Amino acid sequence: MNNQEAINHATGRSQYLDDIPVLKNTLYGVIFGSPSARGKIAGLDLSAALAITGVQRIFTQSDIPGKNDIGGIISDETLFAGDEVHYRGQPVALVVADSEHAARKAVKLIKIGINEQEPVTDPRLAKEKGHLLIPSRTFRMGDISAAWNECDYIVEGRADCGAQEHLYLETQGAYSYPVDNGSIRIHSSTQSPTLVQRIAARVLSLPMNRVEVDVARLGGAFGGKEDQATFVAVMAALSSLLLQRPVKITLSRGDDMRMTGKRHPYSADFRIGLTKDYRIKAYSAVLYQNGGAAADLSPAIMERTLFHSTNAYFIPNSEVTVHSCRTNLPPNTAFRGFGAPQGMFVIEAAIAKAAEELNVPARMIQKANFLKDNDLFQYGQVALDVNIGKCYMELDREFKIEQIENEIAEFNRSNSIYRKGMALMPVCFGISFTNTTMNHARALVHIYQDGSIGISTGAVEMGQGVNAKLAKVAAGAFSVDQGRIKIESTNTTRVANTSPTAASTGADLNGNALLIACNKLIERLKGAAAISLGCSTEEITLHEEKVFRNGAPTDMTWEKLIREAFLMRIALTENGHYATPEIFFDKSKEKGHPFAYHVYGTAVVTVVLDCLRGIYRIEKVLIVHDFGNNLNPDIDRGQMEGGVLQGIGWMTMEEVLFDNEGKMLSDSLSTYKVPDIYFAPEILEFRALKTEGPGLALLKSKAIGEPPFMYGIGAYFALHNAIRSFNPSWKPDYQAPLTPERVLMSLYDKK
Amino acid sequence: MVTFILNNEQVSTAKPTGSSLLDFIRYDMGLTGTKTGCREGDCGACTVLAGTLTGNTVIYRSAVSCLMPLGNAHGKHIVTIEGINTGHLSHIQQAMADQGAIQCGFCTPGVVMSLVAESTSYRKTTRDSAIASTGGNICRCTGYKSIERAAEAISAFLGDKEITDPVRWLIERKQLPEYFLAIPERLAIIQATEPPPEQAEHTKHGKHPEEHGMRLRIAGGTDLMVQKADALAESGIVTLSERKDLKGIKTEAGRCVIGASVTISEAGESETLNHYFPEISSCIRLIASEHVRNMATVAGNIVNASPIGDISIILLALNADVTIEGDLKTRILPLRDLFLGYKKLDLSPEEFIRSVSFEYNPASALFSFEKVSRRTHLDIASVNSAIQLRMAGDTIAECHLSAGGVGPVPLYMRQTSAFLTGRPVSAESLMLANEIMQEEASPISDARGSEGYKRLLLRQLLIAHFMKLFPDKIKPDIGQL
Repeated sequence: MNNQEAINHATGRSQYLDDIPVLKNTLYGVIFGSPSARGKIAGLDLSAALAITGVQRIFTQSDIPGKNDIGGIISDETLFAGDEVHYRGQPVALVVADSEHAARKAVKLIKIGINEQEPVTDPRLAKEKGHLLIPSRTFRMGDISAAWNECDYIVEGRADCGAQEHLYLETQGAYSYPVDNGSIRIHSSTQSPTLVQRIAARVLSLPMNRVEVDVARLGGAFGGKEDQATFVAVMAALSSLLLQRPVKITLSRGDDMRMTGKRHPYSADFRIGLTKDYRIKAYSAVLYQNGGAAADLSPAIMERTLFHSTNAYFIPNSEVTVHSCRTNLPPNTAFRGFGAPQGMFVIEAAIAKAAEELNVPARMIQKANFLKDNDLFQYGQVALDVNIGKCYMELDREFKIEQIENEIAEFNRSNSIYRKGMALMPVCFGISFTNTTMNHARALVHIYQDGSIGISTGAVEMGQGVNAKLAKVAAGAFSVDQGRIKIESTNTTRVANTSPTAASTGADLNGNALLIACNKLIERLKGAAAISLGCSTEEITLHEEKVFRNGAPTDMTWEKLIREAFLMRIALTENGHYATPEIFFDKSKEKGHPFAYHVYGTAVVTVVLDCLRGIYRIEKVLIVHDFGNNLNPDIDRGQMEGGVLQGIGWMTMEEVLFDNEGKMLSDSLSTYKVPDIYFAPEILEFRALKTEGPGLALLKSKAIGEPPFMYGIGAYFALHNAIRSFNPSWKPDYQAPLTPERVLMSLYDKK
Repeated sequence: MVTFILNNEQVSTAKPTGSSLLDFIRYDMGLTGTKTGCREGDCGACTVLAGTLTGNTVIYRSAVSCLMPLGNAHGKHIVTIEGINTGHLSHIQQAMADQGAIQCGFCTPGVVMSLVAESTSYRKTTRDSAIASTGGNICRCTGYKSIERAAEAISAFLGDKEITDPVRWLIERKQLPEYFLAIPERLAIIQATEPPPEQAEHTKHGKHPEEHGMRLRIAGGTDLMVQKADALAESGIVTLSERKDLKGIKTEAGRCVIGASVTISEAGESETLNHYFPEISSCIRLIASEHVRNMATVAGNIVNASPIGDISIILLALNADVTIEGDLKTRILPLRDLFLGYKKLDLSPEEFIRSVSFEYNPASALFSFEKVSRRTHLDIASVNSAIQLRMAGDTIAECHLSAGGVGPVPLYMRQTSAFLTGRPVSAESLMLANEIMQEEASPISDARGSEGYKRLLLRQLLIAHFMKLFPDKIKPDIGQL
């Protein structure tokens, strides 16, 4: 958060999508979603809806001038339902009216006939029926079938983890209006301006240069606005183009929850084999990803599940398969961690179950199998600068893990209603888009005549602080005051062909592109200074708003330098392009070097469980994290604290509920609960592991957006251990989230 | 016309009185600092201050503007984030920025306004009260630790607050704009010259608006504005929240009488009630959030008829009566007889609740309220339960047990209460009582839990009541029976 941005937020002056002052004649759109989860549309009666005062027009698939296709990776998703519906809430029509109120009234009067078919919501059933979104994929290493024979213990089981609603506080929205030359401008709450532009162009049958997408900032996103902002933006674009009037769509919370996808639920079968010294010799797993009704980002998420299916462990023989299953739920999508948390949950469940059968703390197995330098990841990349062991040792040194274990054991002996539990959660997370071709970015830098600087990149600010990081990079490069810098909105006419702001790569990719642009400008400015001062370029440096010659200040200020350079007709605008070097991946072999680097860390999570009522609180989260050369401690602290609690929420109280007909039961904030201030861990402490940081990270400061989320998984296993302490006869089912209901039922389960 | 002061400006509007204050603020007045998050009072992004003239001063409380019917703003001072801005950041805003409590910024104005409400309160601000003031603000980015730090920093500053005139104290320290000083006077003029909207109509049409039919009587609005938002957006309402005759808490003939429009916050703060029924404050902690408690009323929670209404459950165990006013007569009914079936009350369209009353003697009675929900705070119970006991030696002489979420109505457990009367407090009594209680209950599986869970929880809460009240007799291990 740069200072100005924080001030604007704190005073309520920042403009989010729904805050943009509307143009005269603006219309408002409300989407009509399918009331059934699966079936053929037999009839659509719009007459009563059209009769509502203020309704201008109702759009359906037949109004689309281009293709009715909004699929990003695969063309399997429509903007408006065609002849069939595949999930409840699937957009069928858009009502556009003088007011949102009138449009909402009209939506309620749309009549649809659907010949219903039985929906499939269980991914295992979908797999059985052959409903897959894409062909299944398997990562292998070593010789798994031979390895089982070398194991002293083999443990099998099943693990399931649930969906998670993003609950960005700002719902999806878009505001579109016609501009000159048959073009349109779309303000969209998207993490992917280029995707919105590309899909809008496809649907509207316009060249991309006629579609401008602008994003000022997002009120939270967490992956939920990577692909799923698109349909809202494209509907606004379509209706504004065809009506030649401005159209705004802001989803109500209920529509947003019912229409958009969540974090993918996964169901998995695992098998883990260990030797007597707790070394994991073999691990196999089959994971059923519940993809929902369309591919959306599921193929990429499935891939990241595979990449992280062995978490921070070296397992010489492994075989992990993911089936991406098509079900009659809203298309599930990106969410912080992007499939990695689910893969990690499964292996941690396997380790927990093995620990239970061996009657040792899971920690003994975890620490015996940490990755080491030069170990091979399952996908062929050689592990370098591995810090997982160091994080663990530092954690133990700082917080004394055994002492915590002993204190908990003592507490559990002396108290009969309350039980405590502890778990260790190591994390290894790869940084880069796993799709190598997406790892690039551009930055456009203008230095204005007065010395102020405007910067545009492809990065979207959504609270993660990328604008502050970019401002810091540029201010550092030019050695000027940050007050001179303005980070512009993210706009497709200024920076084109961008990748989404996602995968924790926003700062690395866009920041490195920005550095390249700044450095080119600096070279030109030094040349100008050299001419002006009558010396050679090598003698010039820029330091604290001044030109230095041979290390000594001259009387040439930054402003004077810029003025002179301008008069010399030197270009004060520059573009930087960055593409991550070294990375590649060969899908035909499922081997390569997909990640620029990995982020490591280890957490201890402790919980206090009220065994009478089945309710609990998170007592402590203690972390040692590898930030690299931590450049923005304030921002990184925020990402750490926020990510951890979001992960804990996923594992505990957050539960997306559907009935068998595919109707969402948790479609409001009164039925879907996310952590509040009282659920935050009582103590959350973290230490930075002192490392130099990888060269491919922006100024050697490692990416931070996603990795902390996975520490939250520790809350599940800490609760699990607390329950076991109270009810030793409980047979855990490794089913997340561990809601108060599951906890109480487990406490009194007499199996 | 609805007339009130919005920040530093007096506004009058003919918009339907049932439309939401949030929409008026954002879309009519263009004050976009107040955000729309959920429109059901569950996120706090739309938090504003509602200032009510009380004597010569204005008492400010936080309110979720999404659930406030515009009609309820009449005669009040409504303050949005724009209305507290001065030329510099206030300590609250600065602390939020300094502590890293601002990420995407969408919840920020709401959090700031909650803390401002706390700063203007006529009570000492502590770290806990500052945190509690933000209890209804959901932040999805920060993980709250930074908001805790900000609350702590602010409570340190507010430690010296002059609680007899907090607004002046804040203005002197440049924490609020100076225009706040003239607000009491300005509100007094509005109250003297601008009749409330439904009264104005009364004069115009010569009859009481309720006679027009269709008009909903609304007190706090925290339920109806969720259930019927679209219909209310275009209709007028009859406002009950400011009717003086429905306010107030008093003791009368040995009973405590609570006016129907008393808010949950007012009940929790009432000296009379706290003296008469000291357990009230510990009960209230588990009900809604401060923002919602500031608006929701005692009678609203009853007529809502939700099977898990917390106030209903508490009042059932207090063996309360309701006083019902109709066109022709006033009648008194035991609360437990008011609930006829799911969302069905023994209350005709002309009737409304005027007050509730109960008898309680802290010297001889024991009381316990238990509530378990997915999230401990600001959540609807999976099961809640309350019990009132009077003892004769070791024997239960009188018992009133209630439970919510285990039937179509807030349940008064007649048989179980009768069974326990005359029994000693023992594990055996509870086991037998549980069997009867399970017969009386008929929970269904829904978003708040499966039937099996609710039955188990019901048993656990019965045990919890007795463990709390009789720690020597009922030991924790009974739960493992």
